[in-house]
Amino acid sequence: MAVAESASPLLRINAVTKRFGGFVAVNNVSVDIRPGERFGLIGPNGSGKTTLINCISGAFRTEAGTVMFRGDDISRLPAHMRTRRGIARSFQIPRPFRSMTVAENLLVALDFTSLHGFASAVQRRDIVMSILMRTGLALKADVPTGNLSQVELRKMELARAMATHPKLLISDEAMAGLAGSEVDEVLDLLMKLASEDITIIMIEHIMQAVMRFSERVMCLDAGKIIAIGTPAEVMANKRVQEAYLGT
Amino acid sequence: MKSKSTGVRFWIGAILFLAAMLAATQVIRNEYPFFAGYIILQFVVLAVAWSILGGYAGYVNFGTSAFFGMGVYTAVFLVKATGAPLAVQIAAAAGVGALLGFAVGLLTLRMQGIFFSIATIALTIIIETTVTNWRFVGGAAGIQIQRPPVTPPFDTYVQMLFFVQALLVVLAVAIARYIQRSWIGRGLQAIKDDELAAECTGVPTLRLKLLACVISGALMCAAGAPAAMYFQYADPSSAFNLNYSVSALAMSLIGGTAHWAGPVLGAILLGVTQQFLAVTISSEVNVLILGIMLVLFVVAAPEGLIGLIRKIGNWRAGRAT
Ligand SMILES: Nc1ncnc2c1ncn2[C@@H]1O[C@H](COP(=O)(O)OP(=O)(O)O)[C@@H](O)[C@H]1O
Ligand SMILES: [Mg+2]
Repeated sequence: MAVAESASPLLRINAVTKRFGGFVAVNNVSVDIRPGERFGLIGPNGSGKTTLINCISGAFRTEAGTVMFRGDDISRLPAHMRTRRGIARSFQIPRPFRSMTVAENLLVALDFTSLHGFASAVQRRDIVMSILMRTGLALKADVPTGNLSQVELRKMELARAMATHPKLLISDEAMAGLAGSEVDEVLDLLMKLASEDITIIMIEHIMQAVMRFSERVMCLDAGKIIAIGTPAEVMANKRVQEAYLGT
Repeated sequence: MKSKSTGVRFWIGAILFLAAMLAATQVIRNEYPFFAGYIILQFVVLAVAWSILGGYAGYVNFGTSAFFGMGVYTAVFLVKATGAPLAVQIAAAAGVGALLGFAVGLLTLRMQGIFFSIATIALTIIIETTVTNWRFVGGAAGIQIQRPPVTPPFDTYVQMLFFVQALLVVLAVAIARYIQRSWIGRGLQAIKDDELAAECTGVPTLRLKLLACVISGALMCAAGAPAAMYFQYADPSSAFNLNYSVSALAMSLIGGTAHWAGPVLGAILLGVTQQFLAVTISSEVNVLILGIMLVLFVVAAPEGLIGLIRKIGNWRAGRAT
């Protein structure tokens, strides 16, 4: 524990606040994410999880507080610059590029984020295929995203995020609405990615998945942190049980 | 491999097209085909230019007439102030168009959907009003332009303008084709599909939209520059006529914006129709027919002619196997 805390954080969220009009969706949240960590983020619907992710990824600007990534203040950077620095995300409601195939979705990421801009078409195709292989989508490479099933769409979002070569991957409820075996597929996939030296923040409602995946869990309620610690500690927390499990 | 050979084929096609246009000016004595042909080629440039922002990026621009009119008046200004030759007028218009595209883009591209479109209309009105009050280039009454002597090998000035517009067509199509096939095109397509997802995938959306707006604006302005010499006259209400905005949009969408050939097809189809109608009926009927065709296509073939052609191709391929 002492060793981990002394290592400099990959991501430092420092007193971040986000308002919508008068409504405070994220309220003075501070947390450090360590390199290589598997971090679970839970909380009831509307507690501000997605909003916090939007502040990290740059979809929203924060009203107050800073977001530091690998030692740099990225609070003012537009989203695409944050992506290029190594923050990738999936969306709670999948947002594929609908006019493109699966492979083309990943090529967007290669074109705009990586060193592969100058790679030949064949090399780029190889990179795309290797990511699709790892995410179990190899057979769907040339399928338009409109023809994908729900679980395939979720995997495609993770694959596209992977194609940006992230150091931090944020998965926003990638398992919501999936059947039991599909949940395991996506969870295995995230575990595999985590073992490849990628730090992962996983937002999830499925408690089993959170417990299995996370080294540390944070619970939000009404925009505030109400508990943070090991999965067992957080589950045992009274306020978590009231706010979250009680519903 | 495949893309290299299609590149060769494209440029052979472009050279053959220009050679045919040049040959036509040397062989055909009658002026009328060039009068009509010039207008059609001008609309091809406008439609292709429009599709770079409006089609690839999905930002529906109603400001074509602002860019076109600025092209006309850049030429008018240069002719009046310095007597600059046609090539300089066009190059300067392209520069003005690029700057205007940059300025308009900065002002409007943070807006999305209908708000962007409305903003482009507003800007058109502002620009037209400004020129209307600019005495040096004739104000609201317009201005007569004297054509200089024609340059060989052309016999008449209209033939020369016709060929110049053909050159602009090749330039516009080459640029649109390059964009469509490059990382720029992929980025614009991502923006059109989902702007937030594009940003989060590393696409610098604002910069890319600005680039599209600059290129599109430069081409539209360039297309307008020769019109001063063509009509030998310019006035704000013709140069900034909303008809250019509506036509460029309709031609592009009717042709289909998924491929550079779409706006070309759309402009030829509608341009030729308009030329016949203008001769046989009236220009008001023109606009009506444009509107009806646009509605028909939006309802029945939202992907335009290009989409129809692809669908038929797929259907045939499906039946063959
Ligand atoms: N773009 C927005 N505009 C206004 N309110 C928003 C917006 N996004 C989220 N909210 C509000 O902020 C709160 C937190 O939402 P969200 O972060 O999506 O919660 P969670 O992901 O934890 O379910 C909710 O009350 C939601 O209605
Ligand atoms: Mg959410």
